[in-house]
Amino acid sequence: MTNKKNYVEDIERTLYDIKNYDKPLYKSDSGLTEKVVRDISARKHDPQWMLDFRLKSLEIYNSLKLPAWGPPLYELNMDEIVTYVKPDAKMTADWGEVPQDIKNTFDRLGIPEAEKKSLAGVGAQYDSEVVYHSIQDELVKQGVVYTDMETALVEHEDMVKEYFMSLVPPKDHKFAALHGAVWSGGSFVYVPEGVKVEIPLQSYFRLNAAGAGQFEHTLIIVEKNGSLHFIEGCSAPKYNVTNLHAGCVELFVKEGARLRYSTIENWSKNMMNLNTKRALVEKDGIIEWVSGSFGSHVSMLYPTSVLAGENARASFTGVTFAAKGQNLDTGTTVIHAAPHTSADIHTRTISKGGGIATYRSAVKVTKKAPFAKCSVNCESLMLDSLSRSDTLPVMDIEGANADVGHEAKIGKISEDAIFYLMSRGISEDEARSMIVHGFVEPIAKELPLEYAVEMNNLINLELEGAN
Amino acid sequence: MAENFLKIENLNVEVDGKHILKNLSLSVEKGSVNVILGPNGSGKSTLMNVIMGNPQYTVTSGSITFEGEDILPLKTFERARRGLFLSFQTPEEIAGVTVENMLRTAKAAASGEKIRLIPFRKELLATMEELKIDADYAKRDLNVGFSGGEKKKSEILQLLTLNPKLALLDETDSGLDVDAVQIVSKGVAKFHNKDNAVLIITHNAKILENLSVNKVYVLMDGRKVEEGGADLIEKIEREGFSHIQEGA
Repeated sequence: MTNKKNYVEDIERTLYDIKNYDKPLYKSDSGLTEKVVRDISARKHDPQWMLDFRLKSLEIYNSLKLPAWGPPLYELNMDEIVTYVKPDAKMTADWGEVPQDIKNTFDRLGIPEAEKKSLAGVGAQYDSEVVYHSIQDELVKQGVVYTDMETALVEHEDMVKEYFMSLVPPKDHKFAALHGAVWSGGSFVYVPEGVKVEIPLQSYFRLNAAGAGQFEHTLIIVEKNGSLHFIEGCSAPKYNVTNLHAGCVELFVKEGARLRYSTIENWSKNMMNLNTKRALVEKDGIIEWVSGSFGSHVSMLYPTSVLAGENARASFTGVTFAAKGQNLDTGTTVIHAAPHTSADIHTRTISKGGGIATYRSAVKVTKKAPFAKCSVNCESLMLDSLSRSDTLPVMDIEGANADVGHEAKIGKISEDAIFYLMSRGISEDEARSMIVHGFVEPIAKELPLEYAVEMNNLINLELEGAN
Repeated sequence: MAENFLKIENLNVEVDGKHILKNLSLSVEKGSVNVILGPNGSGKSTLMNVIMGNPQYTVTSGSITFEGEDILPLKTFERARRGLFLSFQTPEEIAGVTVENMLRTAKAAASGEKIRLIPFRKELLATMEELKIDADYAKRDLNVGFSGGEKKKSEILQLLTLNPKLALLDETDSGLDVDAVQIVSKGVAKFHNKDNAVLIITHNAKILENLSVNKVYVLMDGRKVEEGGADLIEKIEREGFSHIQEGA
């Protein structure tokens, strides 16, 4: 009877690793040049200001260096990234018209099932173009807009022009600039004043071409006293070429409005996920982030809440699971920029089989934000002695009368707890699984049911083969 | 078949290279109640953990059989599924796993059948009432924030729900007030019948009040130094362990 090492091998995630025959209509040249950017812009029939925006972003991109902190990005070779792949399908709101091979993949991922469960709208991004999209008539009557960014650029050009990359400017960092230059696809949601969207809107992103980057843009505006729950899910098949995801999410939460933004990211394990998400919250507004990071090879993801109006609130609830070959650097940023603003940060990170999971957060309380309140609670669980977890919370408090609390826990899965459950007849695998599920339970109960189920399935997939 | 229930022969156990149990032999007959006495550090808890297969302990020689089967190669959960149960001296706290969920999972795992929620819950709540455990505890995380006494009652709840063949009770009465000891004692008495058996470590004869003890073993420094009938308990209570040590 010797102590066994809890080494858990990487497993084939067959359910999520579905590859289709690669049949694109058009592929841009590899590498990022002015010609590539102009090509993308022309094919998308951008207005002149958007082409100018893209070219300016390209200039900024070329002038910026890769970030000097966080996980290593040396595997990234932008010269090999095909930035734009147009799938062999046109926009459609009728499931029956979606091409069979694309449909097969969605079927395996449960998209129509999700819709059957009366989700308000489904926008699925296949490669870089939205191919399937629907929204309930009721919402349209209330003046809610839910469409892809390309359509928004035509039908709601003024709004896009006003808000697009105003919160995440291209000069922010190299990947924001890249996004500005080559963005394609994504969702646009507008909720008018006082409208409360009762059922969640859902979009499902995935990538299907080897070497293709995905640069979708999500722009959501919730007007005064409106409310919305937006669900973003990502899953991509596994390819051997390094894939890059540099999406951008900009959320505008107006006075008294409320927005919940839920994500489960499950990129294939060769993906570089360098996504930028930011919310601007005005007086009495509420932003709630729910974030699950399971996939990708490397992730750098820190959704930011800018609490710009008095009494604005933010909550961030996150789960990160880094298995073999994964380096997931996740967390959040909160900027308190007005009096009586408050934020709640609650995260769980798990690492397994040599995976690296880092929790990184920044809380800034400016001089303009007296009586700010912020509480941070982050816990990490390592499933074996090969894996690594780090916690890097930074706090910068300038405002008067701030109430800031921080609680962090890092630990290995308890062999005593496993023995205890096993002594009740529960197998070792199941005992481990129960402990891990129990560990993320406070987060799982924040998720809408079907996403909680998906997250539990993802955790089970990650844990399978444990002994 | 009595002699085929639990049989331990010439058992030697090490932990971190330290020799803890030394040539220990004892047996538990079906239908019997057995008590292990001994001062702190005599190896009583180690024995319980080794019977249950705690991987922290290494059996260097000797054998343990249950119903004629060599259980040493079996993992803890396999032993549990053969009918062994350990009531822990310090039960683990498991966050995010409710009492009800754990017990239902354990019962399903042991029986290989799906356990239907409604009848299971009804039975669980009835048992909880008998043990004077508030019904809310079914939905609480297993042992998290439970007082010492609540944890021990939770162990007895698990014992009664899982209904094993052999109950190993490691100081289930320690840290309990008089009333709680009575509840635990009655719970154990309720569990016990002619087809199962109990092996109890205790410092307090009160837990035995509702039971009729068949055999008593005295452990000191990892060795069995005396065995006898129920009268041995009184003798130890009267004279302590030093008397035995001199005689041994």
